[in-house]
Amino acid sequence: MATPLTDKKKQVVLTGNSAVAYAMKQIDPDVCAAYPITPSTAIMEEFSSYYADGKVSTELVTVESEHSAMSACVGAAAAGARVMTATSSQGLALMWEVLYIASGMRLPVVMAVVNRALSAPINIHCDHSDSMGARDSGWIQIYSETVQEAYDNLFQAVRIAEDHRVLTPAMVCLDGFITSHAIENLTLIEDGDVKDFVGEFEPKQSLLDTGHPITMGAMTLPEYYIDFKYEQSKAIRGAKEVVIEVGREFGERFGREYGLMECYRLDDADVAIVVLSSAAGTTKVAVDRLRDQGKKVGLLRPRLYRPFPHEEIASALMGVKAVCVLDRADSMSGFGGPLFTDVRSALYGRDSAPKVIGRIFGLGGRDYKVEDAEAVFDELYNVLETGEAGKLTGYITI
Amino acid sequence: MKKDCEEKKEVPLGGVIHKAGNAHDYVTGGWRKLRPVLDKDKCTNCLICWVMCPDSAVIAEDGKMVGFDLEHCKGCGICAMECPDKVKAITMEEEEA
Ligand code: SF4
Ligand code: SF4
Repeated sequence: MATPLTDKKKQVVLTGNSAVAYAMKQIDPDVCAAYPITPSTAIMEEFSSYYADGKVSTELVTVESEHSAMSACVGAAAAGARVMTATSSQGLALMWEVLYIASGMRLPVVMAVVNRALSAPINIHCDHSDSMGARDSGWIQIYSETVQEAYDNLFQAVRIAEDHRVLTPAMVCLDGFITSHAIENLTLIEDGDVKDFVGEFEPKQSLLDTGHPITMGAMTLPEYYIDFKYEQSKAIRGAKEVVIEVGREFGERFGREYGLMECYRLDDADVAIVVLSSAAGTTKVAVDRLRDQGKKVGLLRPRLYRPFPHEEIASALMGVKAVCVLDRADSMSGFGGPLFTDVRSALYGRDSAPKVIGRIFGLGGRDYKVEDAEAVFDELYNVLETGEAGKLTGYITI
Repeated sequence: MKKDCEEKKEVPLGGVIHKAGNAHDYVTGGWRKLRPVLDKDKCTNCLICWVMCPDSAVIAEDGKMVGFDLEHCKGCGICAMECPDKVKAITMEEEEA
């Protein structure tokens, strides 16, 4: 249970789940739907304690499945409410159908996704198969490296999703167990400052606005369907600018600025790893070790994955000679993981683009150690020396 | 002149319909293959067909069954099926091509 041990600098120690639950308490959304699934269970469990103690004014809907959880979110958001929920793995898989309805109806639901492998075989530990499968569902996806970032991202996601230029649901992803259950130091924001930052949700249209009756979720035939999708596509593409704006404003207010990605010792790097979420922390240790040996290695950690900031990521990698994209999910396409294909296609067609290889790692919670990152850098140096990408895709940590 | 590929229709946010009752503008009668035909002499005006028609295409006036709204009747035949066995005042006839 999160009773933060506040000291003068507001530094506390919390698990990722507790930090997310605490952020939700501070946001105090109008409606939350709750259905438990490991490893995200503690988020809604702790939030329901806040609810039971009268700490939030939220309407908490306990439902019978994740399909119902997302359906309840859609209904409440259509009625004009600020809506949040949390899930993982099979839970997200069960929401699938309704994810597309939330995004197509342009309902700014915000959901914490605690990344976990998908069955079969059944496994409760971290990988990104769940949210990567939902990468084309029209949701904004933001990946968090640390507990602090998961906490900070939640507030920003509310602002981004609800922005009238965007009106698109958003997932804030954090790594199952590695981030959700590990205790880290973080700085909390005062309740009043959170309220100021997230503001009130002003829906553009609402079912409960009886002065302007509307029909939502109606059928659309070939005369119009593609036109709606065009508008939706434009909105999520435009979300990129809003992510930058909101990340900058967050930095001005609270001293921690966020952008589309994090570049770590990348400026003069010859070789680089691209990886999402907590594995970036491990990779940074390897980068520092190799830098101490005089090797020019670096890291790029995308923070925003949907919409995919293809221009910015490609530009950031243009000075690098060889890149390995690490995916904690296999798209089973026979051509590596989703981040690999996205990064590689972003670079395609640019003159003197780096050689790009992809490796799948850490599925189902398999450890990714500093030595694993170092081995990847070794392989990249080999690519540099031979001038050949060699094996384009493959697995590591097996 | 080159047509702009991104020239497009204005559409309401999220597929919302702002005008009440505009389903009326959608003429579902064009789908019809079989047309309901009423035998007024047999009809007892029980209005079961009016209750059962899924498209509100049975027209009733002053408590009496007066015919069909053929702009919206899809020709499903539910009215003919539901008209009581002892009456059977509706028959479904092939639409002319
Ligand atoms: S055929 Fe079907 S749609 Fe037409 S009037 Fe009868 S019940 Fe209604
Ligand atoms: S169900 Fe048959 S008898 Fe009754 S009103 Fe309709 S046509 Fe007439």
